Amino acid sequence: MSAVIEPPPPADPHGTGPLDLEAEYRHSQVAEVLDGLERDLIGLVPVKSRIRDIAALLLIDKLRSTLGLSAGAPALHMSFTGNPGTGKTTVALRMAEILHRLGYVRKGHLVAVTRDDLVGQYIGHTAPKTREVLKRAMGGVLFIDEAYYLYRPENERDYGQEAIEILLQVMENQREDLVVIFAGYKQRMDTFFHSNPGLSSRVAHHIDFPDYSCDELLAIAHLMLEQMHYRLSPDADGALREYIELRRGQPHFANARSIRNALDRARLRQASRLFERRGAPISRDELITIEAADIRASRVFAEERAHER
Amino acid sequence: MRITQGTFSFLPELSDEQISRQIEYSLEQGWAVSIEYTDDPHPRNTYWEMFGMPMFDIRDAAGIMGELASCRKTFPNHYIKVNAFDATRGRESLRLSFIVNRPPREPGFALVRQEGPGRALRYTTRAYAADRPEGERYSGP
Repeated sequence: MSAVIEPPPPADPHGTGPLDLEAEYRHSQVAEVLDGLERDLIGLVPVKSRIRDIAALLLIDKLRSTLGLSAGAPALHMSFTGNPGTGKTTVALRMAEILHRLGYVRKGHLVAVTRDDLVGQYIGHTAPKTREVLKRAMGGVLFIDEAYYLYRPENERDYGQEAIEILLQVMENQREDLVVIFAGYKQRMDTFFHSNPGLSSRVAHHIDFPDYSCDELLAIAHLMLEQMHYRLSPDADGALREYIELRRGQPHFANARSIRNALDRARLRQASRLFERRGAPISRDELITIEAADIRASRVFAEERAHER
Repeated sequence: MRITQGTFSFLPELSDEQISRQIEYSLEQGWAVSIEYTDDPHPRNTYWEMFGMPMFDIRDAAGIMGELASCRKTFPNHYIKVNAFDATRGRESLRLSFIVNRPPREPGFALVRQEGPGRALRYTTRAYAADRPEGERYSGP
């Protein structure tokens, strides 16, 4: 035999030279998204740090894969738990964008569904319905809001279980095709995961959204007003702080959502205040300023005064 | 005899990756993709049975490839084609259609002669497979 036996190809074709992580980071444009996150989302420290971790892992994985050091796609299914109005949906939207930038999902769209979209009304209706939703979510992120409604332990013939089983199958076998995010209130999600251990173990990231502090809520209010092209007069600023402190103590407080509603009502009052004195010229300044009186007219202050009496 | 119908039909069979790339292109153009099957190979048989619903608002080929996999599982010995429908006003028709699955053995067509008045002869073709009833045409030996 005279054939020359070729040496086996080197296991590491790119050598072991230093790799440019910085260049990869800049190239992925993930910095923009993370900065945007820092700018637009106030508070939420544990959430942001977890997103940073995931972004770092995906970048390093990308770098490793250029060396042929593939570790398989990491499972990125998540659960977002937290009280109402803590920004779960907002973060999910961002998440779709981040994962798209990092090349983890191919399209980066978000499909938001609830129980109604997944569970059918009669036997044999659930599976096609769930598959339809999964088909739409392929290449992006499937966001299941109030996921605990999927499982109704009080009714053993409930079709929710069937939807969960199909979800599980796809989450396991097609994890490079989509990311599933479950969201809901903390206690109910805990029971949900407790009664579906298979689901809990396939969700790699359990992220808890903390309630906002008073200062954070005020910062959120300022951000919202800025986006709506309004501003607070100095007095109104103090009034809003008092309002937030009072409102936090009351039932049905929904964090940022309550703040948004309060601001919407303040806008209504500002509009009718300006409308009252029609005839007089109105300046641009007046149009964009919310006064303390607009906020102090709130039911929250009225109730407080009633208590004091 | 290998049936040639639709786009790419003179090329070797497309691999799954190539099919997925074609679907990806169709979705990028905004066309709605659907899957159809039949076991009647006659060239004039243009209306095949649709497998499931036409798939609107799908963003990624993975969703359609999943549906195709389940169609192949249900009809392993049928012809299956992928259609891309363009709903643009004024166009409203198929833009792309290609065969993605075919029976392992395609027996081909017989030439049928019919004697007309005088010495006239009419010719037509008939698929050997069409001798058997629908659904059993390609299953046997």
